[in-house]
Amino acid sequence: MTDPVFGPAPEQTPEPELVQLLTPEGERVHHPGFDVDFTADELRGFYRDMTLVRRLDVEATALQRHGELGLWAQLLGQEAAQIGAGRALAPQDFVFPTYREHGVAWCRGVDPVRLLALFRGVDQGDWDPDEHNFGLYTIVIGAQTLHATGYAMGIQRDGLVGTGDPERDTAVVAHFGDGASSQGDVNEAFVFAASFNAPVVFFCQNNQWAISEPFERQSRIPLYRRSQGFGFPGIRVDGNDVLATYAVTKAALQRARDGQGPILIEAYTYRMGAHTTTDDPTRYRLSDDVEHWKLKDPIARLEVYLRRNGLADDAFLAEVAAEADALGERMRRECHALPDPSTHDLWDVVHAEKTAELAAQQAEYDAHAATFEEARR
Amino acid sequence: MTTMTLAKALNAGLRQAMEDDPKVVVMGEDVGALGGVFRITDGLQKDFGDARVIDTPLAESGIVGTAVGLAMRGYRPVVEIQFDGFVYPAYDQIVCQVAKIHFRSRGKVRVPMVIRIPFGGGIGAVEHHSESPEAQFVHTPGLKVVACSNPADAYAMIQQAVHSDDPVVFLEPKRLYHSTKAEVDESAPPAPLWQSRVVRPGADATLVAYGPTVSTCLDAATVAAEEGRSLEVIDLRTLSPLDLVPVVESVRRTGRLVVVHEAHVTLGVGAEIAARVTEECFHSLEAPVLRVGGFDTPYPPARIEEDFLPDLDRILDAVDRTFGF
Repeated sequence: MTDPVFGPAPEQTPEPELVQLLTPEGERVHHPGFDVDFTADELRGFYRDMTLVRRLDVEATALQRHGELGLWAQLLGQEAAQIGAGRALAPQDFVFPTYREHGVAWCRGVDPVRLLALFRGVDQGDWDPDEHNFGLYTIVIGAQTLHATGYAMGIQRDGLVGTGDPERDTAVVAHFGDGASSQGDVNEAFVFAASFNAPVVFFCQNNQWAISEPFERQSRIPLYRRSQGFGFPGIRVDGNDVLATYAVTKAALQRARDGQGPILIEAYTYRMGAHTTTDDPTRYRLSDDVEHWKLKDPIARLEVYLRRNGLADDAFLAEVAAEADALGERMRRECHALPDPSTHDLWDVVHAEKTAELAAQQAEYDAHAATFEEARR
Repeated sequence: MTTMTLAKALNAGLRQAMEDDPKVVVMGEDVGALGGVFRITDGLQKDFGDARVIDTPLAESGIVGTAVGLAMRGYRPVVEIQFDGFVYPAYDQIVCQVAKIHFRSRGKVRVPMVIRIPFGGGIGAVEHHSESPEAQFVHTPGLKVVACSNPADAYAMIQQAVHSDDPVVFLEPKRLYHSTKAEVDESAPPAPLWQSRVVRPGADATLVAYGPTVSTCLDAATVAAEEGRSLEVIDLRTLSPLDLVPVVESVRRTGRLVVVHEAHVTLGVGAEIAARVTEECFHSLEAPVLRVGGFDTPYPPARIEEDFLPDLDRILDAVDRTFGF
């Protein structure tokens, strides 16, 4: 449709091109821009990661149902988007997650039990970001995209962009979802990143749903095209295809490390589970849609490919299944064993330098708590 | 000793902080070539370059949010919010991120940054340019909030705030930027940052103020002295943590307290001071703690702002009332 004065409206059709290297049927296809070869070990590694992360998610959901977690944000269906993005990172790259990046956390070596601790209410997710190059989960939607951009500006000032040294050049990834794309902070992050040419990859997992609101409520155009309005490239990748997600993220990270600035990746995927365990998706979406997306399952398609090409046999698959069982068992055991935090410590971590006011409040609490200790004796 | 305006003292203090630590970066709207709309960052970009004095896009949440990322990367950003009323778009980043990251990470992540806000009225400005949002930040655990009132403090306090490992909201009394001049001894050891200070000793009643109202209170004390009343004036300097040690000591002697600030009275910093001083000094008080502040209206049009701002008459009236109990 063309307006006589203002010209054409944004293109509504056709469906945008999706970078895909592995079809839902498990057929390997090729894309001219991402002609990547994978070793058998890499492919098996993707399968293993996705399977273990799915188990992690299923186990955490079960723990929530048993009352062991207050809440869990499910990633079911998004394993390929997260493992592809996570495995594409160089050790020195830094990730700013939202609160559903359990698969990326897995790739960065964050123990799944640390994720449980956050959702159990034992802590607020206090792994050491500098140990894992993986920031803290951020619950306010989109806030972390600005942190990522600022961090990337710091990397620029540290002289770690475009040196040509693959062990020094560094990029940052900001994760967010389709709902977050409507937030001011995400749009401001785009402006800042473009303006300063910051080495940041914006990785949007478009899982189609912001709690109950469909993607159509967030955008009239495919999200990856938003970047054009901010002056940097965007690309849409099949987020259920771990090979494509890996290849596209790897190329985007390299581009950022080389000093060519930000890029937006839209990983087109589907949230098979609920937004969180308090959500009831049967109230707002059709089971037909879910069934449709089950046919695009990221793990099943890789399994078909591995088997058909003799890259994995029953023994390998059984080995991964056993590993998943062990992970599940360990999560259940260690979740129960997580110690409660100490109220006494609260005042110690408000500031780097504790104030006299807080010390006084802490002493008052301690004296109050001590009266209960005495009564118990 | 150099005689400086408050604006110049802040500029010199920032310059010193940047010289002391190459990780200090200044960022905000128009802070570069223009030197900020109040010229507080005048000349800094010329001398330190545009990687350290960053003219940002016009987006307050973006300014504060990217500063968080820079701080996480080991930098010490000093952010300029152009006017008090423009800080609200950044409110989420300040309250949910800046204030909480240290707590959330149980101390593993620090965000040492300074958020400079020119605050208060009295400059004949349009809407959103004359506000006193300090209570919003004082009410937020995890932030430290300070306000300077004179050039010597400004010079020292901005450097202390930059050196602090905690995020600091740094309030600058904009109407004093260019109207106040005083000697600044750049080599003098500074007063501790998180402490209030008695700026005029007195015996009959205590006035507590911060930022722009300190000088108004000093003027009020001068007038009161001519009338035979000795008023002690305390400059709070630090609003979070709130250092009431000198205030309590003073009220125990004088028995009377008037708190003066430009911010709306209801649930303002004065309300907290009244509650705490009442707790600490109940038996010493000769009169209830009184507050003089802005009305509980939005900041008015400039032609009548003098009625809104605490002035000598309203302060001295309150003092009279404390003697009437």
